[in-house]
This record gives sequence, structure tokens and C-alpha cells, in this order.
Amino acid sequence: MTDLTSLTLAEARKGLADKTFTSLELTDAHLSAIEAARVLNAFVMETPDQARAMAREADAKIAKGDAGPLAGIPLGIKDLFATKGVRTTACSKILGNFVPTYESTITSQLWRDGAVMLGKLNNDEFAMGSANETSCFGPVGNPWRREGSNTTLVPGGSSGGSASAVAALLCMGATATDTGGSIRQPAAFTATVGIKPTYGRCSRWGIVAFASSLDQAGPIARSVRDSAMLLRSMAGHDPKDTTSVDIAVPDYEAAIGKSVKGMKIGIPREYRLDGMPAEIEKLWSQGAEWLKAAGAELVEISLPHTKYALPAYYIVAPAEASSNLARYDGVRYGLREQGKNIIELYENTRAEGFGAEVRRRVMIGTYVLSAGYYDAYYLRAQKVRTLIKKDFEDCFARGVDAILTPATPSAAFGIGEKGGADPVEMYLNDIFTVTVNMAGLPGIAVPSGKDAQGLPLGLQLIGRPFEEETLFSLGEVIEQAAGRFTPARWW
Amino acid sequence: MSTATHKLLKGATGDWEVVIGMEIHAQVTSNSKLFSGASTAFGGEPNTQVSLVDAAMPGMLPVINEECVRQAVRTGLGLNAKINLRSVFDRKNYFYPDLPQGYQISQYKSPIVGEGEVIVELEGGRTATIGIERLHLEQDPAKMLHDKLPSQSLIDLNRCGVALMEIVSKPDIRDAEQAKAYVTKLRSILRYLGTCDGDMEKGSLRADVNVSVRKPGGPLGTRCEIKNLNSITFIGQAIEYEARRQIEIIEDGGRIDQETRLYDPNKGETRSLRSKEEAHDYRYFPDPDLLPLELSQSFVDELKAKLPELPDQKKARFVADFGLSAYDASVLVAERESAVFYETVLDRLANRARDGKMAANWVINELFGRLNKEGRDITGSPVTPEQLSGIVDLIGEGTISGKIAKDLFEIVWQEGGDPRALVESRGMKQVTDLSAIEKVVDDIIAANPDKAAQVKDKPQSLGWFVGQVMKSSGGKANPQAVNELLKSKLGV
Repeated sequence: MTDLTSLTLAEARKGLADKTFTSLELTDAHLSAIEAARVLNAFVMETPDQARAMAREADAKIAKGDAGPLAGIPLGIKDLFATKGVRTTACSKILGNFVPTYESTITSQLWRDGAVMLGKLNNDEFAMGSANETSCFGPVGNPWRREGSNTTLVPGGSSGGSASAVAALLCMGATATDTGGSIRQPAAFTATVGIKPTYGRCSRWGIVAFASSLDQAGPIARSVRDSAMLLRSMAGHDPKDTTSVDIAVPDYEAAIGKSVKGMKIGIPREYRLDGMPAEIEKLWSQGAEWLKAAGAELVEISLPHTKYALPAYYIVAPAEASSNLARYDGVRYGLREQGKNIIELYENTRAEGFGAEVRRRVMIGTYVLSAGYYDAYYLRAQKVRTLIKKDFEDCFARGVDAILTPATPSAAFGIGEKGGADPVEMYLNDIFTVTVNMAGLPGIAVPSGKDAQGLPLGLQLIGRPFEEETLFSLGEVIEQAAGRFTPARWW
Repeated sequence: MSTATHKLLKGATGDWEVVIGMEIHAQVTSNSKLFSGASTAFGGEPNTQVSLVDAAMPGMLPVINEECVRQAVRTGLGLNAKINLRSVFDRKNYFYPDLPQGYQISQYKSPIVGEGEVIVELEGGRTATIGIERLHLEQDPAKMLHDKLPSQSLIDLNRCGVALMEIVSKPDIRDAEQAKAYVTKLRSILRYLGTCDGDMEKGSLRADVNVSVRKPGGPLGTRCEIKNLNSITFIGQAIEYEARRQIEIIEDGGRIDQETRLYDPNKGETRSLRSKEEAHDYRYFPDPDLLPLELSQSFVDELKAKLPELPDQKKARFVADFGLSAYDASVLVAERESAVFYETVLDRLANRARDGKMAANWVINELFGRLNKEGRDITGSPVTPEQLSGIVDLIGEGTISGKIAKDLFEIVWQEGGDPRALVESRGMKQVTDLSAIEKVVDDIIAANPDKAAQVKDKPQSLGWFVGQVMKSSGGKANPQAVNELLKSKLGV
């Protein structure tokens, strides 16, 4: 028997259905892999007992012929998702040993469909970061290394644990969230597939909030098909989230292999940055060629407000975060650092509980919402956001079906290499991805090649609202052409 | 826009006018909270009516309670106000343990209800029209208990997240009397609508009062806000005190600092809570967890069509249909329960057109008089509307006289029973048999020839004869018949 952990989700589903192996065997294989890969620090909480219990239940259902679409598939869950009875911290000290009494809508849908939980995955504290270095549990290692180097690289962030675990074959897929690129950027850094669906496609209920108007959950998996399978279970309207949209969830898997002939693919002029590595440039052209070869039509488009996206994002996201994180005050749950009075209790708790990046963003957010600054910052950023959205709408109105861009401006970098002196250096990682969140559109990152040092690079496809299927069809074309990439095991 | 003359305050430098604006916080009558399914029932064990949303658990999201929206719209309609078909929920950010989220969900720039007006009744039949600036929905904070433990405070989240309507008046109020009348009227409207129980003791209705003073017609003075007044009496006292305080400061050459103050009912004075400089910066911004609230015109129209009759309409109808005085009609409609009582009496009357006004007099004079004397309210009346209408019927149809009716009322109050049956069983029926009355009249004229002879010169002495006849008939003779008989027999 081949190593069960190297199967794709689709292959595992077949193996389980054919009774080639059981979910318990599949789950045990992954639990062993997790144990052997602790150096990656991808998991912050392993739940082997629960995993085996869920696997046995799945096996029983498979035996009865009563299997859900994800029956017996072992998954990792980003620590931002509330899991009933299992510690949920958003990788922040301030949540301490918080154990929710409730299950997020998305994870409960995964369990409804038979998936197995292996544990909770590392992420940037409150999803604030692009390298998974801000977690209170420490940084996550990328299973990829530069050729001939022992330097541990970051897996990207904030869903670094999810991307690393999926790439290192520790789980068959993972939940992730994306506020400015937190699914797509780590996917690109680890040669995994990550899709951020349209805002409102997945319920936010039970996911620790970062920036409510930008946050959207999605899967990270090892193939386009796998990500389609996962999204189908994760998506759906939830009356508990007013911003979720009541549109039927299509069978995303059916979009895989659909012809892309005649589709109009926009190539945005403004994404051609000065000083962009030639490799990225080359990858982008290569991707366009692959789509063209599959019958798609390439058109140059303009998204004129792109350059304002990152600054506007770094006003809107911290503003919402500063308010969303106010509830972590040491009064009802999580960490409490005593003080002489309530103000001191707040100050001590929040100073001790939040890491530097979170504190920075809470302060930025508080500042931009302050009396006298609101109009100049927050209001103006919202206007920029409207313009960014309109840029995309104009393109789609001219018949563009999807937009092709690089996923990141570079490949993965070393832990501690970026952002130490200037946080903007780190923020620039999201330059190609934040526009998508600002416009609420779906975006997928698909592994597309390697750089000269052997590190994976990804391309991003951006779609019309609620047309994730188009992205799966196009993504699979790229996947077929580029092939799949697996890191050499060093851990 | 007051149509009434209002009270000016005398200072050392002449008259001062008080300018008052009010923010009323009215708890919405609804089974569950504004953004969660937790119960709103009052008086539950602490922290037993708390949802995950109320406790601001990580990842929880608010979902608007449609019933609270309906109640706010109904209230807006009751205040003759503009209903905004699009409104927005904002976050008002500040840290305090009574606010688990660290922000209150409120409405800042786009409230659900816009401008409206309320007509208030004042002493001596005067009225004043008070403008409404806006009404918006927001969450009530939790309750803090500071006196249960020596060094710690306790928090009860039961109230946390209950829907409040903040009703903001224009600065149209000019004295304490108007302010009290405004709150009274507002409370009455809310109770008629069933959108707030108006119970100030339980904190269902609380007022923040903005007070400033100026020379009549002069520019507006600097205002001070008196927070959280929970009785109409205190509102009046706080305004009187605060206006005097401000006048004294200005007349002594001082300046009013804009600040938030608290009223201490024990000392009868207001004291500073925080200055303008210490005021919070609430960092309002639209709540990204909630979509703008969009209402259709038909939704509003439907609520409007089903609105109950409100005090002003009821008052006008009582005046028009039953010839009540404006004052009597106001007394009857001031409290919803009183109006309901009177209308139930009306419903039971055999001849509403004839006796409607008499019924009003009976409710106001006999019933309210008696209730007041015993310190009871209308809901605790021992006399039911059915019984009172029975008494009025008996008077109206001439079965008993007004005087006997008062005795009957007393019996019903004390012992209960059906008025008609009581009249029968206790022989209280008015004698309308003319021959029986004629005999008594003849006897009395015969026994008093001198007086009978005087009547022609002194027609007012007829009353003496009427009294004698009534007395000897035990009050049961029909007074009108007695009068007519005496007049014809005595040739007046």
C-alpha cells in the first residue's frame, strides 16, 4: 500500500469507498505524520482521540452505505475556527485556554459531511500577518527549502499552519481564512491550492473575527479538485451570519475539466510592478499561455485604482480589527492580568495578551476611527474601496470572465527575514491579493512553477461574484499544465 | 414652537428662559433581544438570559430581531415621525464591563426614525408641541452591581443586548412642567402602542436631560446633560435645580462648562460626572457585521394600518362623539388603562349617545375620585366597567336618581353585585308612578298652606317643596316628575 498521506482527497475518497483502507487507517497515518513533523509547528493542538473516534464513526457510516461527501477524510482546522470542546485561541495569548461551547458553522458542516478533525492549526495571531510569525505558539516552518539550503522558510500567513500541514502531507485539506490574502499567499508559498470564495459564500459564524467586511473562509488543499470538494461542504447560507448570502451551493467538482474555450481572461496592466522578479513575470506569461492554449482569450485590462488598495486595506482592516478585538478585555474569558482598577485590568491584560503586530494594528485602527481623523482615513478608504470594486465591475461588464495575476510578488522567504524594521515590507506580500478582499470577489491561488532556487510560485485567478466554478475550471487547466509539486521531506 | 406661555425664572439680572432637550431611552417590548434570541424577561436570576452573542464570545455575530424593528417603526408612526426606509447600525466603541463586545451597536448617522412631533397637555388646558429629532435602535448594556462585594463589582448580562429606542427631542422644551408633560405623554403613547411598558422603576424608561439657560430670545447657552433620570418627579426637580445653578453661575460672572452631570435625589442637586474634555471618543463606524436595514414602504404601511388609536385621536373622538370637554377627554385618555376602562363602559351602555357623557363624569368624578382617595389605580378598581355601565344605564333610563346612584355605587364598591339586581332587591327604584307621587305632593301642599301661598311670590322656595317630597319618598320619586307636578299644583 502506498503511503496513505500522499493521496489526494479525491483519491482517498475512492479508496475509502472501495474499502481499500479504512478512515481509521487513513487517520492514523496522518496522526503519525503529524507527530513526526512537530518541528514544522503546523499544529498547535492535536486531537488524536477525537480524530480516531470520528474516523470510526465514518467507517461505520461508509460500511452502512451512508457516507457523506467527505466521510472519513482527515482535515486540519485553523485555530481561528471555534471547535466545541477543543481549545480555540486564534494563536493569541489573550484567549489563553479558551474552550468554546460551540462549533463554527463551517466546521460543523464539515463534520456533518463526515470529515475527521486531526487538530488545530497554527496561524498568525488573530490572522494578522503574512508569514505566520506572529503566532503566540511560535512560527511555522515551510516544508519547502531553497535548493541546497537548510534555512527554514516561512509558509506565508496568516493560514501558515494550514498551508504547511497540507503541503507536508499532515492532513488532506485544511480550513483557512483570508482577509487580505491569508489563504492564497500561503498556498502560493507551499505549492498548495487555496481559494478565497466570494464574500458571503461561507458563514463567518464561529470564526474569530479579524476584519468583518473582509474576512472569508475557504479551503487549502493539494489539488484544485480537492479544494472544490472542500468548498462545497464549507459554503452555504447561514441565518446566523447576516452577511452570508442565500444562493444555492453548486457542485463545484463538476466544474473541474469543463472547457474554458472562449473564456475571456483579463491581464491587468497595473499588476506589472516595477522591480518585480523576472521569474514572476515569466510565470505569469506562462500561465496566460496555458490558458490561451486551452482556448481562452487573453485581454489586457486596466484596474486603475490598484495602487491604492494596500494603503486603503491597512486602514479598513485595522479599523474593524480594533473594534472586533475590544471584547478581549480580561473580564469574561481568556487571559486576565489584574490591576488596581478596571482601566488597569484592561491595560495589563491587553498589553500582556496581544503580540506586537496585533497591538500595532489595534492602535492604527483606533487612530483612523478617532474624531477628526475618521473622514480623512476611514471614510476615504471606504471610497477607495468602492472605486476598486468598480474597477473590477467595469472589466466584468466588458465580458471578462476571470483575471489572471501572480499570487505573490516573491517566493517564500526565511523566518525573520522580512518586516523586522519596516512592517510595510511584510504588508507588500499581499499586494496582489488585497484588492480581491476589498472587492469581495473570489480568488484562487494555484501552484504554477518554481523559482530558480526551487521554491514554488503560484498564480491567482480572480472571478466574478459567486462564480467560483469558473475559477475551478481555469485553475485546473493551470494545474494540468504546471503539474503538481511536492516538497522533499527534511523533517 | 411652543404654543404655550412657559415659566421664566427670575434672576438678579431679570428673567431667564430654560432650554431643554431630552433623550429618552425606552426598552422595547419584545420577547428576545435586539441581536440575539435570549429572553428579555425582567427579574430573572442573574446571567441566566444570556446568549453567546450577548456575552461577546469569539466569532459570534449579531442578527437583527425583526420584532424590535417593527416596534421602532410603530413608535415612529405613533410620534408622527418620518420612517427612514434605509437605516444603518453603527458601533459605538468604548470599554466598560457592562459592554461585553467593547462596543454598543447603535444607529448614528442614519437612524430608523427621523423627525416627528408630540403635543403635550399642560395645566389650564394649554398645550405645547415638542419636536422629535430622531429615534434610533440600540443595545442596552448589562447591569453592574457594585455593592454586593467589598472590592469587586458583579455583572449581570441579562439586560445586555435588550433593545432600546433612544428618542431624541428637539430643544423645544422650556420649563420643568413641559418636560414632565413631555415624558408623561411619550410614555402614554408608548404604552398605547405596546412598544415599551414605560415602567421607570424597573428602568424600562430613562431620561437624559440637556439643560441650558438664556435671556428670553437670546442666543442659546452652554448646556449640561443630566444622565439617567428614572422618575418624572426627579426630571422636574433636576431641571429646576440645574437651571438655578446655571443662572447663579452666570449672574456671578462665571461661565457654564459643558459637562455631564448626575442628579442626586436625596440631596436634590446635580453634580458633575465628567467634563467635555473627559468625554469618550466613541469612534463610531458602520457595523460590518450587519447590512444596512432596508424596509419596504408596504412594510411600513401595513404597520401603520394596524396601529391602535392613540391618545390624541381618542381624545378628539370622545369630544366629537360624546360631547366631553377637552379636559375630561384628556383625563380619560392620559393612561391607556383608563381609556380602556371608559371605552368598556361605553361598549356596555344601552344608549351610548345619550349617556356617554354621563358615563365619563362617573368615571372621572366618582370612580377616579374614589380610587385616588384610596391610593389605588384603575387596574385595581373594585367596580368593573360592566357594573359602572349598569349604574349609568339605570340613571339614564330614569330607574334611579343621581343621588340614589351614588348610594348604589357605594354598595357596588363595598359589596359588589349587579346594579340592576341590587336596585330591585333593595327597593331603590325611582317612583315614576304619577298618581303615587301626586298623593305625596298633595299631602305636603295641604300640610303647608302658608308656604304654598308664598311660592307665587318667591318661586325659589319651590325647591323646599321638592326636597320635602323627595324626603318623604325616600329619594325614590322621579325629581323631574315631582318638579312638574309641584309647578302645576302651585301655579308657578
